[in-house]
Amino acid sequence: MTKFVYADNAATTPVSREVIDAMSVCFESAWGNPSSQHGKGYEAKALIDDARARIARAFRCNANELYFTASGTEADNWAIKGAAMRMKKKGRTHIVTSKIEHHAVLHTCEALEKQGFTVTYVGVDEYGIVDLDELRDAVTENTALVAIMFANNEIGTIEPIEQIAEIAHAKGALFFTDAVQAVGAVDIDLSQLKVDMLSLSGHKLHAPKGIGMLYIRKGVVIDNLIDGGGQEKRKRGGTENVPYIVGLAKAIEIAQSRIPELDEVRRKRDRLISELTKIPYSKLNGHPTCRLPGNVNVGFEFIEGESILMWLDMAGVCASTGSACSSASLDPSHVLLATGVPHEKAHGSIRLSITHETTDEDIDYILEVLPPIVERLRNMSPLWEEIVNKNRQ
Amino acid sequence: MLYSEKVMDHFTNPRNVGEIEDAQGVGVVGNAKCGDIMKIYLEIDENDIITDCKFKTFGCGAAIATSSMATELIKGKSVKEALALTNSAVVEALDGLPPVKVHCSVLAEEAVRSAIADYYKRVGRPIDFELPEEHDEEEVVEED
Repeated sequence: MTKFVYADNAATTPVSREVIDAMSVCFESAWGNPSSQHGKGYEAKALIDDARARIARAFRCNANELYFTASGTEADNWAIKGAAMRMKKKGRTHIVTSKIEHHAVLHTCEALEKQGFTVTYVGVDEYGIVDLDELRDAVTENTALVAIMFANNEIGTIEPIEQIAEIAHAKGALFFTDAVQAVGAVDIDLSQLKVDMLSLSGHKLHAPKGIGMLYIRKGVVIDNLIDGGGQEKRKRGGTENVPYIVGLAKAIEIAQSRIPELDEVRRKRDRLISELTKIPYSKLNGHPTCRLPGNVNVGFEFIEGESILMWLDMAGVCASTGSACSSASLDPSHVLLATGVPHEKAHGSIRLSITHETTDEDIDYILEVLPPIVERLRNMSPLWEEIVNKNRQ
Repeated sequence: MLYSEKVMDHFTNPRNVGEIEDAQGVGVVGNAKCGDIMKIYLEIDENDIITDCKFKTFGCGAAIATSSMATELIKGKSVKEALALTNSAVVEALDGLPPVKVHCSVLAEEAVRSAIADYYKRVGRPIDFELPEEHDEEEVVEED
């Protein structure tokens, strides 16, 4: 049997056994509607209350600052659109974000531009760190919201969130951070972090797809995105997804409790990085240290990412690429381009995202199969031919 | 990207990879910025028959598979027959391509024509067929 190594955890993670076990009670017996005025309803309501309290403990915040959503994307949409609409009433119609945000944030900002808001997209340095001087210049008394991600999903760069928050607050703007990639990889302590809103997604944390959360600091008021029944203190309509909320609480508790073990993940990440960048004409994308513990993103010149992925897949290794060829558009990753990586090099980049579950044997296996794939594809690349011929002369 | 078995076969076991020294015609199309470059080498005898054909490609799975299939389809054929090769014939021979990958088959057709044009130029024959336009680096079309 071919070995199987899942190194695409930034895309999604398998649901853990503990999470499945925690959720099963909601399917088997506690299937009531939490809004119902009878025992079945109270039973479900108690499970949600308990889940919310446990998440609040894990993040050191207040349970009534947490709102469940159907995805990280919904939480991003709600935070940005809700804050924009609310702040517009105070005459603030400007939003500041970065060029390397996830599309859930970028496309939401673009939608607001069509509604008359102005948006400034702040650049990043070669490592993907937001340019704080540019940010300082961008934020004005007219700025409603600064929306900048905690950590980047493609290159793993961790942003200077505290400084960004200070810059936003100095001008009276709200600060929202998309922490979808950061939860479980960075200790989230909301008693210390000066963020007004923070979004996360369950399926990056070994909970199922279809559950997300938005933290809204006490005192911050934003408009609703989804109106409906009185759920989530009338802030987010729709019958609560009780099983997934219970699963999310379990997943967050586990993720937060395993923060001290991340040095092990970092060690494996750094082994991958140091070995893969020994391949000639390869380069690490992102920051060497301000980096998610499980993120590896390496560019290989003269070859294309989808071809690498196809060979890796046949060898049983799941990874992803910033190449255009993996998507419907012909443009490579906007994140790599924003860090100054040229188009032709962006096409040859791949991302490996590992977790606590990744073993040293898995790393060995990736290092065994990947370099020959790069060599094989280079041997059939006309660009590589040019380099070889040039070196021969 | 989910590909047909034929595409996967030509991707994992590409036919005619390599270079031909002293080729009678060489064609290069595409550019690195767009993520696809195909280079085709032709060996042509005095009867205008393509006796050998090799390729090198920088690109995705579909780019490699279409290059491989295109070289298979023109090998042993006359130059005239090779000029009649269309991108849809390449797609058909591969049992189809995902819509976003059809441009790879266009590139394969263009690479063949560009190699034949090079051959015509070398033997002093007028180029009496349409040549692919230079791919302008700015003309990146989104195919949503």
